[in-house]
Amino acid sequence: MASLIHCPHCGIRPRQEFSIRGDASVTRPAPEASDEAWHDYVHLRSNPRGRHQEHWHHVAGCRRWLVVERDTFTHDVFSVTDGAAVAREGGR
Amino acid sequence: MAWAEAAFAQVAARADAARQHDGENGTGMRYSALSIVRNALSGNLNWKRAWRQPEPKPFYDVIIVGGGGHGLATAYYLAKEFGLKNIAVLEKGYLGSGNVGRNTTIVRSNYMLPANEPFYEFSMKLWEGLEQDLNYNAMLSQRGVINLYHNDSQRDAYIRRGNAMWMEGVAAELLDRAALKKMLPFLNFDHARFPILGGLLQKRGGTARHDAVAWGYARAADRLGVDLIQNCEVTGIRRENGLVTGVETSKGFIGCGRLGLAAAGNTSRVGQMADLKLPIESHVLQAFVTEGLKPAINHVITYGAGHFYISQSDKGGLVFGGEIDGYNSYAQRGNLATVEHVMEEGVSMIPGLSRVRVLRSWGGVMDMSMDGSPIISHTPIANLYLNCGWCYGGFKATPASGWCFAHLIAKDETHPVARFLRLDRFQRGYAIDERGAGPQPNLH
Ligand SMILES: Cc1cc2nc3c(=O)[nH]c(=O)nc-3n(C[C@H](O)[C@H](O)[C@H](O)COP(=O)(O)OP(=O)(O)OC[C@H]3O[C@@H](n4cnc5c(N)ncnc54)[C@H](O)[C@@H]3O)c2cc1C
Ligand SMILES: [Zn+2]
Repeated sequence: MASLIHCPHCGIRPRQEFSIRGDASVTRPAPEASDEAWHDYVHLRSNPRGRHQEHWHHVAGCRRWLVVERDTFTHDVFSVTDGAAVAREGGR
Repeated sequence: MAWAEAAFAQVAARADAARQHDGENGTGMRYSALSIVRNALSGNLNWKRAWRQPEPKPFYDVIIVGGGGHGLATAYYLAKEFGLKNIAVLEKGYLGSGNVGRNTTIVRSNYMLPANEPFYEFSMKLWEGLEQDLNYNAMLSQRGVINLYHNDSQRDAYIRRGNAMWMEGVAAELLDRAALKKMLPFLNFDHARFPILGGLLQKRGGTARHDAVAWGYARAADRLGVDLIQNCEVTGIRRENGLVTGVETSKGFIGCGRLGLAAAGNTSRVGQMADLKLPIESHVLQAFVTEGLKPAINHVITYGAGHFYISQSDKGGLVFGGEIDGYNSYAQRGNLATVEHVMEEGVSMIPGLSRVRVLRSWGGVMDMSMDGSPIISHTPIANLYLNCGWCYGGFKATPASGWCFAHLIAKDETHPVARFLRLDRFQRGYAIDERGAGPQPNLH
């Protein structure tokens, strides 16, 4: 039930230690990008029933931003990765 | 004689069928004190089914997806107020299996923003005449809704909200600590961190029995000829030349002239069938009910130091809830961390709650919008209409939402009190953000 999250830095920690920002699949557009692109980034969500990538912040732990890949229906957690590592990989 | 017997049997069968049909669609029966007495005398064996169980027809002028409060109310008003015939509601489970049967039943019209308040007040007025209109006891109880405040700035915010309500013609009352102490002596007034200083009261606010609202609308819609089709999941939206021609369902293809979506927590999934990407996230909200107690809490009370609200059902159980779990979820069950948090809030507001036993808890999947306000709107597809974004406040909106959505579908024109609730407001920069939390659904 997403009650326990395996932080790559701190180990298995309870959900209460985290603050959740939400959808990590969207990418911030360039400042001069079109209004359309910004609207899409700020407001529109694919909101899948199934696999979903999210930004979780380990506020009461290492204070690192993490990318948690979860199932929004079964609440299974597939992977938890440091946000910076994900960003480097994605070239963001 | 064989032929006479056969003919007789045929006539009898036809009469039987007619009687059954009449009974089954309920047209023969209005609920009244007399009908209760009459049925009691015949051992309560002759109550008719409240609605039919029709098979889908190949085509409807209007199809509504979702047999929750909003879908049922929409169908009812389409038939009753806007004179449409040939309407169907398609529901993937049973009627009322979604959020309409899972909420904490609070109805109120104490919003602050002028884009919201007239809409919710229209709803409140419809609630006040609903039971007569539907010929159904929805157990509306205008017991008063009180929002507590704990510091000066919160008091100022409530004064502002109260004034905003008065500007829309809705009465609000500021209660000070002394008045509250008399009304609600069980509150934790001297909490070290969150002392209770007063509250904002809307006397006309209260509760209604949630299932009864779904059933009342369902029965009333059925009596006007609306087909309520249960166990019928919409799996696709068929389009030709940019217009919707019908829906694929678990009971086959059903054609329609106009399509209205009222799928609450499943809005994004249904929207995706028409290639719509929407400003919605699905989140789970939990609710709780305790063992039955003698009358103890006479109002709906909301905590100002956290997200917690409580009332007592007519059966005696304390019904309460808190905030959403915080992450996207399509599961109708929640997280224990939230359960603990809600209990802590409750006990911090009413210490006596620690002695009460919780009987049940459950969750519902809600359509959280990007600004915390709902959407009743046209879409980029001309004959497709959208009703969603109710967050955790859509129960109180049921009558007005149904009315305004029916208005939109029937006349292809927005109802005046819903004119701000457009889908394109996000793009155009007219978000309706009561909380000022920004485009972050889990904060609304
Ligand atoms: C725990 C909880 C407490 C709440 N408390 C309050 C409160 O105190 N006051 C208040 O005002 N609001 C409250 N709400 C919010 C309120 O319940 C909802 O906003 C409102 O019920 C949503 O509208 P609805 O009734 O039409 O939704 P629902 O009853 O969820 O109806 C949507 C229907 O669509 C159906 N559906 C979905 N997809 C498909 C498909 N593909 N095909 C066919 N059918 C489909 C679903 O099965 C469902 O029955 C609460 C919600 C929850 C979960
Ligand atoms: Zn950590």
